[in-house]
Amino acid sequence: MTDNTKAAPELENVQFEAIDRSSFLMKGVLAAGATYGAFAAGPMLRRAFAQDGGSEGDIEILNFALTLEYLETAFYEAAVKEADLSSEVAALAKQFGEQEAEHVDGLTKAIEDLGGKPVEAPAVDFGDAFASEDSFLQTGITFEDLGVSAYNGAGPMISSKELLATAGAIVQIEGRHAAAVRNAAGEPAAPDAFDPTMTVEEVTKAVQPFLAK
Amino acid sequence: MTVSKNLDRNAVARAATDPFSRRKFLVLTGGTGAAGAFLAACGDDDADSTASSTTTEMTGGDDPLAMFGEGDVGILNYALTLEYLEAGFYAAVADSGMFKGEELKLIKTIGGHEQEHVDALIATLEDLGEEPAPEPEAKFPLDDPMTILTTAAEVENLGAAAYLGQAAAIENPDILAAALSIHTVEARHAALLNTLIGEDPTPDGAFAVPADPTEVLDGVQPFLVS
Repeated sequence: MTDNTKAAPELENVQFEAIDRSSFLMKGVLAAGATYGAFAAGPMLRRAFAQDGGSEGDIEILNFALTLEYLETAFYEAAVKEADLSSEVAALAKQFGEQEAEHVDGLTKAIEDLGGKPVEAPAVDFGDAFASEDSFLQTGITFEDLGVSAYNGAGPMISSKELLATAGAIVQIEGRHAAAVRNAAGEPAAPDAFDPTMTVEEVTKAVQPFLAK
Repeated sequence: MTVSKNLDRNAVARAATDPFSRRKFLVLTGGTGAAGAFLAACGDDDADSTASSTTTEMTGGDDPLAMFGEGDVGILNYALTLEYLEAGFYAAVADSGMFKGEELKLIKTIGGHEQEHVDALIATLEDLGEEPAPEPEAKFPLDDPMTILTTAAEVENLGAAAYLGQAAAIENPDILAAALSIHTVEARHAALLNTLIGEDPTPDGAFAVPADPTEVLDGVQPFLVS
């Protein structure tokens, strides 16, 4: 079995050969290797966070989730207004948008209950997402799968058992949304037996294209 | 425990929390078998002590989870029992001849996920040095396609609610991470099957409602051969 901590140094050695040969492919492999190396620190960070985060940490996580929920809410609200959707898909967009808005309200209240300050709704830019039903569905899949991975990644960092249960109640809905939107797009509702998790950094990077510059 | 085994487990533990390295890991080890190893990695050295430290909490009174074991082990065996039922159900459905073509493919895909969950949970329990719960003897209504899909939807909704009901009780963060990643797959299955039978993919509304073990075990009782 390959250990990631060993994989990175091996790739560093390869780097010299790759540069010598100016191999585009090898550079791609190196970039991937560097990524694995960086991500390998994730679980340690997570444990440290889990031990020391406390309610301060929970507020941060909830605000992170709140930003995502604001984005999802804005996405569906704009889709209902701007996109030319079939009645079936429009009904999903309306229903899911309302549910995301409930998540926004729930998270806002939870943050205030902890004595925290809820973040503001971000300015959004969904680009060409509403050009067609298909582009709406594809962007919807991106958001919902991202939501699943974000909550699942953050879940073990949550200190409060009560908030963990709330996050679980929300992420199950994100998973259901993801499946329904995927099904509407003719894609597999559950592409894998285990949903992947994402770190806060990965999620933050993934939502950048949807934030107004 | 040997040092090399620790190294392996740490590598897999990282893989479990990182989609990219997990994908890489799956390639390295050849697919579904890796899913078992993925969860097997969840057993940290402190997992055993965690399990025993929660004994008093989990075995008190009429806790129905107590029959599955203590603490995280009880939760894992409870989940394993549900996954066995789901995997067995889809295998029986696939064999029933009621579905063909794309529909059969879908049944087999979902059933394959449940089997991966079974394998992963067994591997995790074995990694913790615990005995996995045996596969329950089960029977399922296979009369017609609509009954089958309705049963499937019921079982998936119940499964999602069962995982949600245990999330806050799981002590080991790695087991929690794995349970969460299974939980949302059950949710995806439930939403898809609800859609296929003309039901709302989100019947609970914006916040999913958890189910406790008593509700869940009552719900699957009709499928158990006693």
